[in-house]
Amino acid sequence: MLYPFHNRRRDPFALMQSVLGDFDRIAPTRGQPVFPAVNVWQGDEAVAITAELPGIDPADIDISVKGNVLTLSGERKAPEVPEGARWHRNERGYGKFSRTVRLPFAASDDTVEARVANGVLRIVVGRPEEDKPRKIEIKAA
Amino acid sequence: MSNDVTQTADKTPAEGPETTTGARIYRPLTDIIETEEGVTLVLEMPGVAAEDVDVTLEQRVLTIRGKVRPTQPEKLQLAYAEYGEGDFERAFTLSDDFDPEKIDASVANGVLTLTLPRAAEAKPKKIAVKAS
Repeated sequence: MLYPFHNRRRDPFALMQSVLGDFDRIAPTRGQPVFPAVNVWQGDEAVAITAELPGIDPADIDISVKGNVLTLSGERKAPEVPEGARWHRNERGYGKFSRTVRLPFAASDDTVEARVANGVLRIVVGRPEEDKPRKIEIKAA
Repeated sequence: MSNDVTQTADKTPAEGPETTTGARIYRPLTDIIETEEGVTLVLEMPGVAAEDVDVTLEQRVLTIRGKVRPTQPEKLQLAYAEYGEGDFERAFTLSDDFDPEKIDASVANGVLTLTLPRAAEAKPKKIAVKAS
């Protein structure tokens, strides 16, 4: 990467800022990865969001819809370990989580349906009637 | 809302031979806890039903396989994907002192819990060393 210096001679910090800006762009997103990962499915009649939530009791999952924003939150509880137990491996994560998904249309609560099967959550959001495309008839002149 | 690509926790593909269909095989995330009575393994296998889990113990190698039932909402196409779906597979080499007959396996909410009790005869035996 080249940092042309001649046009920034007046500002001694310009080069540094430009280097830092590039660094921010290249560096991967810092911090914890987002949980849960979601897949979004689309169709004419509905939109579905699926997420893998292994080990989470369906009662601990909260889903709310406000306008076109769907929020999925909950808590994954750490397992109860007897006294004196030793951890050999701890690859799974625990704690509170929250994710927001923007829907392509505003949905009302009664068109949202959620189901959990084997730790996979599936939320189906029905597309409201007024949002569906209407076919325009062409009249003969 | 930004247009940045969200970084989610990646699922790790399993090491080993490829599948004939080209489908991915994932390595389930595992917690292993040892207690006085034995060892407990907790494996995350979302999308795997209890009857699709296969646990074998052969020559001290504990192999866990889980067949995923793919999620496919009717009449919908995948528009955006952050995770892939595939079967799960992972193997562990155990020490000798577990009784294969007494391994207990249960599945709840896509998590497999395996309890391996220590064999009674595997209690440490002291070998006396005689001076010759």
